[in-house]
Amino acid sequence: MKESVQLDYRVIASIIEPDSRVLDLGCGNGELLSYLVKEKNADAQGIELDENAIYQCVEKGLSVFHSDIDSGLSGYPDKSFDYVILNQSLQEIKKIDYVINEALRAGKKVIIGFPNFAHIGARFMLFFRGMAPITNSLPYRWNDTPNLRFLSVKDFEWYCSKKGIKILESHYLGARNKINLLPNLFALNVIFVITKN
Amino acid sequence: MLQSNKESLGIVKPEYFTFAQSPDELILESGLKLGPITLAYETYGVLNEEKTNAILALHAFSGDAHAAGYHQDEEKPGWWNDMIGPGKAFDTDKYFVICSNVLGGCKGSTGPSSLNPATGRPYGLDFPIITISDMVRAQKKLIDHLGIKKLLCVAGGSMGGMQVLQWVANYPEMVKSAIPIATTMKHSPQQIAFDEVGRQAVMADPAWNGGDYYGKAQPERGLAVARMIGHITYMSDRSMEDKFSRKLKEDNYSFTFKTDFEVEGYLRYRGDTFVKRFDANTYLYITKAMDYFDVSGDKIIPSGKKIDTRFLVISFKSDWLYPSYQSNELVRILRMRRADVTYCDINSTYGHDAFLLEVEDESRLIKHFLEKVSSVK
Repeated sequence: MKESVQLDYRVIASIIEPDSRVLDLGCGNGELLSYLVKEKNADAQGIELDENAIYQCVEKGLSVFHSDIDSGLSGYPDKSFDYVILNQSLQEIKKIDYVINEALRAGKKVIIGFPNFAHIGARFMLFFRGMAPITNSLPYRWNDTPNLRFLSVKDFEWYCSKKGIKILESHYLGARNKINLLPNLFALNVIFVITKN
Repeated sequence: MLQSNKESLGIVKPEYFTFAQSPDELILESGLKLGPITLAYETYGVLNEEKTNAILALHAFSGDAHAAGYHQDEEKPGWWNDMIGPGKAFDTDKYFVICSNVLGGCKGSTGPSSLNPATGRPYGLDFPIITISDMVRAQKKLIDHLGIKKLLCVAGGSMGGMQVLQWVANYPEMVKSAIPIATTMKHSPQQIAFDEVGRQAVMADPAWNGGDYYGKAQPERGLAVARMIGHITYMSDRSMEDKFSRKLKEDNYSFTFKTDFEVEGYLRYRGDTFVKRFDANTYLYITKAMDYFDVSGDKIIPSGKKIDTRFLVISFKSDWLYPSYQSNELVRILRMRRADVTYCDINSTYGHDAFLLEVEDESRLIKHFLEKVSSVK
């Protein structure tokens, strides 16, 4: 795996089986999907709201659907995909329960990646400076952030246990590498693989 | 502009294909028989030896076989000249593009203004009612005649998009990819209503004479009114504001019923030029065909059936005649059938006309989509 490819893409590529059917919710310009096509021969589709990003996806030869994430999943039959991916888009979603349920319905497994709000840097900033945290994974000021939700590793684990969602894999990401020690404190980003029986 | 710098196809000429001679007439969806049938068509580019690079472009309501290039001694190019040609979205250096005038048309294909072989006079209202499916079945005969087993793509906007969807419904194995633009799976009551108003305008003109006006004057007043209504539905509130606002033709109000406003002048001009090139009965027949069109639900692809056709669906945010929700519904059905679909709702202010005007955005999508489609087996 090449160093130049960002860590979360490499982790997600390591999770999925070759030749999988993959749907990326909030796929942006299609970089992750292209990477999965190249590395894993994935049968890839994306959903994206930004029109310019749609053009970039089509230029990459990807199939992409122009819609917001909240309403984008309706119409897919149950278990249409081996994996539904929500990478760095969970924190921007309005209807969380609905989208996660729809993702779990349309996909056999769901890969969810988000920035960890309880990272030590964020805690320091809030505690010592008394200001909303700005970290590598949460780079925005309060007034220009697209993020609607701020959650930690533990928050998501609590959510899954409350909703009867099974966590199959957890990957904790530091600045350059995966980490294992005290993830809720040291992980900048986290990637979960979840399913519902 | 990006496109206008590109090469044009130069001078092009229509060709004609006649089939369904007695006793092998085409049996129409209504059960009636029609024959012989002539289709006027044009082709651009070169068909490769394997015959795998053919694209069928399908025209909208008032279009014709002349999609690109110039006819001898004419100033205006074909209706999709911005999109079809060397280096353009439908790149004629790579693809062989075919466009035919629809059955029921008045630009060289058999329609109500054609001679009825039974009487030696124009059909008029003796022409049978035709449907979008009948148009497509006639096109299939032309594609067979050209020796093409599978089309690389069928593409078109508005009524052209309906024909695209009908091709998928009738001959899915012949359609490798489909580009329905600014279209619907079925006419809504609003769309039927506008068509009916247009038809009533034509039929209310005394010159229409029960459809029997050939050799005399055609019902120009009625047909012009119908076209004026049509043009309003092709624009958006915003595009009319941008184009005309409340601008006057003269400096002051005339305090008469002359055309004071530029928008009035524009509509009258559009109506007047239309009646010189379009047959009033064809207006009736083709709007009826659109109103009967319905491939919704299971009709486009039967449930449980897998389809290999790849789709690029395009709509326009300001199109209120064929609103984006209709394209969304199409995409939803295609997804349920697990078809490979790309969908883009282009942020245009031009209304329904956008499918002819948003050349740059459409080209970006279509060019790369066709490259992808060409690369897969």
